[in-house]
Amino acid sequence: MSTRLRINGKSHQVDLPDDVPLLWVLRDDVGLTGTKYGCGVAACGACTVHIDGVAVRSCQTALGDVDGDITTIEGLGKPGAMAVIQQAWVDHQVAQCGYCQSGQIMQAASLLAENPSPTDADIDEAMQGNLCRCGTYPRIRAAVHTAASKMKEV
Amino acid sequence: MASIGKIARRTFLIGSAAIVGGVAFGAYYVSRPAPNPLSPGEGETALSPFVLIDQQGVTLFAPRAEMGQGVKTTWAALIAEELDVELDAVRVLHGPAAAAYYNSAFIGDALPNRGYNVSDFQHSLGETLGVLARTLNLQGTGGSTSMKDGYTRMRHAGASARETLKQAAANRLGIDRDQLKTANGMVQAPDGTTLSYSELAMDAGKLDPVKAELRPSSEWRLLGKSQPRVDMVEKATGTAEFGIDVRQPGLKFASVRMNPRLGAGMNSFDASEAQSMPGVEKIVDMGDGVAVVASNTWLAMQAVEAINVDWQEAPYPPETDQIFAHISKAFDEAPNSTMRDDGDVDQLPEGASEISAEYQLPYLAHATMEPMNATALYEGDKLTVWCGNQMPTIILSRCAEEAGLDSEQVALHTTYLGGGFGRRVELDFSVLATRLAKQMPGVPVQLTWSREEDMRHDFYRPGAIARMRGAVKDGVAVLMDGQVAAASSTVQFMDRIAGLPAGGPDKVHVEGFFNPPYAIPNFRMSGHLSDIKIPVGFWRSVGNSFNGFFVESFIDEMAHEAGTDPLEFRLALARTEWAPAAGVLEAVKEMSGWTGETPDGVGRGVAMCYSFGTPVAEVIEVVDDDGSIRINKAWIACDMGVALDPETVKAQMFGGMAYGLSAACFGEITFADGEVEQGNFPDYDALRMHTMPQTEVRVLETQKHLGGAGEPGTPPAAPALANAIFDLTGKRARRLPLMHDFDIMV
Repeated sequence: MSTRLRINGKSHQVDLPDDVPLLWVLRDDVGLTGTKYGCGVAACGACTVHIDGVAVRSCQTALGDVDGDITTIEGLGKPGAMAVIQQAWVDHQVAQCGYCQSGQIMQAASLLAENPSPTDADIDEAMQGNLCRCGTYPRIRAAVHTAASKMKEV
Repeated sequence: MASIGKIARRTFLIGSAAIVGGVAFGAYYVSRPAPNPLSPGEGETALSPFVLIDQQGVTLFAPRAEMGQGVKTTWAALIAEELDVELDAVRVLHGPAAAAYYNSAFIGDALPNRGYNVSDFQHSLGETLGVLARTLNLQGTGGSTSMKDGYTRMRHAGASARETLKQAAANRLGIDRDQLKTANGMVQAPDGTTLSYSELAMDAGKLDPVKAELRPSSEWRLLGKSQPRVDMVEKATGTAEFGIDVRQPGLKFASVRMNPRLGAGMNSFDASEAQSMPGVEKIVDMGDGVAVVASNTWLAMQAVEAINVDWQEAPYPPETDQIFAHISKAFDEAPNSTMRDDGDVDQLPEGASEISAEYQLPYLAHATMEPMNATALYEGDKLTVWCGNQMPTIILSRCAEEAGLDSEQVALHTTYLGGGFGRRVELDFSVLATRLAKQMPGVPVQLTWSREEDMRHDFYRPGAIARMRGAVKDGVAVLMDGQVAAASSTVQFMDRIAGLPAGGPDKVHVEGFFNPPYAIPNFRMSGHLSDIKIPVGFWRSVGNSFNGFFVESFIDEMAHEAGTDPLEFRLALARTEWAPAAGVLEAVKEMSGWTGETPDGVGRGVAMCYSFGTPVAEVIEVVDDDGSIRINKAWIACDMGVALDPETVKAQMFGGMAYGLSAACFGEITFADGEVEQGNFPDYDALRMHTMPQTEVRVLETQKHLGGAGEPGTPPAAPALANAIFDLTGKRARRLPLMHDFDIMV
């Protein structure tokens, strides 16, 4: 089965069954490993990517159902050319083990696109599906606030 | 250049060696050097490289697993402090698995003393015994040992490298070494001439390393201050490479299913359906399980689930209740240890009132965010393994054994760890990946556990039971008599890694049980080992994770029996025993504005535990939120002796508490028909952003010795929460998780 995907502004052709989750298409076929496998049942948010700018759990999005442009953490920014939100993550020294952070950042970026001035309660509401076993939550919240104010300056 | 002969004559030495285009420096504690893992140029001598300088610049080696605790940064800062380089101008690498990277703090921590009361002599004895870790080839990350281990050795490595580079500059400039200064990776002469370390590296490689005194802490530039973490940009951009991200040319993806009845074998399997599923390339008999190799991990996971397997029966009672009944039988046997036995607990002091209680704690999974995985490539006479792990030298030797090769034929690459918490000390993921790779010579294969397979094949925190008896008189504790029963993680681990029986008193089993820093005149604490065969291992804070709950819950019950405020009750016991323990209690008392009184709808609890060299007190506040219990606030105080990176210490304390609170609220592994019932986060949840308390952490530096950071935040979390819930509801939690007996907000 051949499917054409648009990922981070580039076109990709993949040959996989329609029911393969987007997560595993990205990781094992396209080679974009920044998006992580945590649970496979949409319970941890580590696999969060954007489709047309909206956060989705790529572990629950079948290849055949993808309809729109995909953005992964790699498409958000790169070392040396980070997105504002990624810089906020660095400024607040958010990550510990770091495994969940791609998903956290993608979820937060989607929140900020929808709500440029989130309150603590808005952040809690948007981020509660993203699990972190290290306990980086307070710094995530702080980084989201910083990113929100920096994005307004730009 | 130091020769092996010269190194052999010295008991402590910083070695150096020329390498292609530069110099490498390393530290030795023992008279015989460990072989150099970096393979310097032909004819060059052995060294254990912690600093490598070549024409590309300066590389520091931090051979401890970075699992989020910031070790890569702080370890590098120890070297950089003396070497006079900036962390953003150097490369920091983990380096290969090597005996030279032994952990000197592992064995010292196993000495049968209480920890907090060791004399300087005993402390240095512990450090000296650390050489045993070298002999036993123990390169590892765990037990909150990294900073204790690296604190002196790495500063010496940096100082010696700096002075040797200065000597090379002095020789070149024809002036005295004392006239030279160093900063930013450069040697500076009085006339303003500067020479970079790279320019001097070749010359320095020809010199005997110069020994140098360590700078006093008052002169530190980096240590004691928080440093930007060297892994942060990678982790914010998805470019950090975890084990699961390893990509080799021609890589195949595989998934595994081992017997869900842990430790039992497999009678037979039928893979006919799996064989014809999309993407499937190979079905492999793994001995007591099966694996599928496919073109994609998800396709491999689907196919491995479709294999019909006839599993053997579990070597332990199949149901949870029977398991705990079996564990409690250990109380009928003689104790394995009675490491505390003061006064006379059989005689109730006159006028004292006696209480007793029994507590039971569940098995727990580690549930690292990154499921277990490893990648291996077998090429007949060579094996390469990539994985995030906490015990590289042991894993390397066991993979060699599995592949039928010598250790020299195996290369192990340690990646970042998507969480460790003690799970990645184990050998299973690397050994099974090797077993699979051996069936596919020349093809790199990545073996990934599904979340369910990961949760159902852990080396769990043991289920544990405690029987406590105590007495109070005139408002203070006068007697405590406790027994704890659980399977021994140490006994099982020693058997797994070395096939060795672990004899004698098991200190890990009773850590936090026999040595709470409380002065109680009649005080006896015994450990009973259960022989139950459920695999158990090292779960963040290990024995302290259950013993901290037992002791600090019971102390709270005693305080209430005595009619004394629970924080003041503890303070009275700690003050006369060990000042730093009282100090952390005083700190949380002040931070939380503790009055002993809470308004309706609010409850507060306190706990103080000493573990891994660090006393930690926590106050937790819970509130009644429309009938649900919400964890509202927390205050943590710890005494590190020296806090090498205060923000990292705070993050570890908070994270340790979060891990403990998550387990206290929702964590349990139960069994039915011999199989673990929980499989994924919906059955084994954790605190999330909206349920995490607002927290303040204070780091004290009053005690004499450097304490650990990664684990000590965990033990007080569960009892402080349970004590707070008692304050709120009047109901005592004598078992966990709390969700069974209380309406915990999710």
